[in-house]
Amino acid sequence: MPTATFEILRGDANEGKFETYTLEISEGMVVLDAILLIQAKYANDLAVRWNCKAGHCGSCSAEVNGVPKLMCMCRMSDIKLDKPILVQPMKAFPLIKDLVTDVSWNFEVKKKIKKFKPRPPDAADGTWRMAQEDIDRVQEFRKCIECFLCQDVCHVIREHQLQDKFIGPRYFVHIAGLEMHPLDVEDRREDLKKTDGIGFCNITKCCTNVCPQEITITDNAIIPLKERVADKFYDPVKRLFAKFRSKKEQ
Amino acid sequence: MAEVNLGKPIHRFGYTSRKDAWWVKPLFTFIGLSAFVVYVTWAAFQGKHYYSGHYISPLYSPELFGDSPHSWFGLKPSWWPTWMPWSPALLILWAPGLFRLTCYYYRGAYYKAFWADPPSCAVSEPRKTYRGENSFPLIMQNIHRYFMYIAVLFIVFLSIDVWNALWFTNEVTGKTSFGLGVGTLVLAVNVVLLGGYTLGCHSLRHAVGGFMDRLSGKPVRYKMYKCVTCLNKKHMLWAWMSLFWVGFTDIYVRMCSIGNWHDLRIF
Repeated sequence: MPTATFEILRGDANEGKFETYTLEISEGMVVLDAILLIQAKYANDLAVRWNCKAGHCGSCSAEVNGVPKLMCMCRMSDIKLDKPILVQPMKAFPLIKDLVTDVSWNFEVKKKIKKFKPRPPDAADGTWRMAQEDIDRVQEFRKCIECFLCQDVCHVIREHQLQDKFIGPRYFVHIAGLEMHPLDVEDRREDLKKTDGIGFCNITKCCTNVCPQEITITDNAIIPLKERVADKFYDPVKRLFAKFRSKKEQ
Repeated sequence: MAEVNLGKPIHRFGYTSRKDAWWVKPLFTFIGLSAFVVYVTWAAFQGKHYYSGHYISPLYSPELFGDSPHSWFGLKPSWWPTWMPWSPALLILWAPGLFRLTCYYYRGAYYKAFWADPPSCAVSEPRKTYRGENSFPLIMQNIHRYFMYIAVLFIVFLSIDVWNALWFTNEVTGKTSFGLGVGTLVLAVNVVLLGGYTLGCHSLRHAVGGFMDRLSGKPVRYKMYKCVTCLNKKHMLWAWMSLFWVGFTDIYVRMCSIGNWHDLRIF
């Protein structure tokens, strides 16, 4: 069986170093399998967050050879074994220990987003009617598993640390799901521009590239939101038309 | 052994733990866009050899003023400043140029390739400060939709050029007859590729239906939204193919005009 050498970041926010582990690789193995094997065999105190091992819980986010990935979805057969495989925690978030980071900032951001606000019920029994073609568009955004890889790779957070001015791609996806929802009547465009920092996104599509759920974050969520913000703040002609069109019609 | 960084981001150009050739894509983007800009600038300032019979280069169409038979309003306007070099292309090229400059795809591509902002995903940037598209001049990217409206008009004008390229004039009798030349096909492919790029624009997608939360009960709008979305999925591919073909179409017309290439009439 082939062997692979791993260099895993061990430590906490104060100090850390890469430690080297070598182990045999079996068929069908993913990086998370290898990490758990290392934990079982060589480093019982290795901290790693994981749960489903099936790409659905979003827990085992890390950086494999410098690229943000879910370790459970990263096949060993896709990685060249001639060089050590680098496994690090997500860089954009504070390190707790080894491969575990503190992602609580994300949950704080979510609390600040205006909640779903449906229009009055369509029927007397308090229910609504929606057409499939209207709900199709927001269905994609519901696939998000909150692995925060998109937040990790986004250079506005990762490089420029503008967490106080920018909510990140994960929450643009969340807002897109609300804003484009056929029942929702809330207007979040002012927040998007002024407090959520959508103008900081420069459309590099890194978030889309790392999304394990293959959500087309940039094209289907962020750019449509940028366009909606442009309607309200940068397009005088559209604003004129908007005066004649109520939100209900939209 | 890899470098450990637990603190603040290291703003060093190209600093990364990535082991793949992350620099290849931005490098090709840099070379491709630079080559196109250099060629188009050169071609636009030439002011000659931009038409050959019934073919006109897309860099010069629509020819508002000029001395070719394709000119809409006659010769060079008298109000054109004497100190400024004259070329019919200078009157129109700003529109498709700004359409591409403010295009969502190109923005992402040139921010990476020309401004290293970032050079590639998960690769460090040379600068500490970042303002994004929040302030001048990049806040102007938000008016992309206005250039999109003009670009759609250009598709109409270029389609008319293809129609004109289907009519051949006999030099002896002066009679016009329907036909097809290689040049006609070159111009037609240009319109198809530019159409695929322009009609897949993110702003157009928003304008035809994306701005609405409910498209049910609006079958025409829904269909248009689906069509634009379909083209939008391959927006990058359309962007590069159309960019290349615009350049090639100009070269084809230029070569025919100079006499280096001879247009082959198919029928």
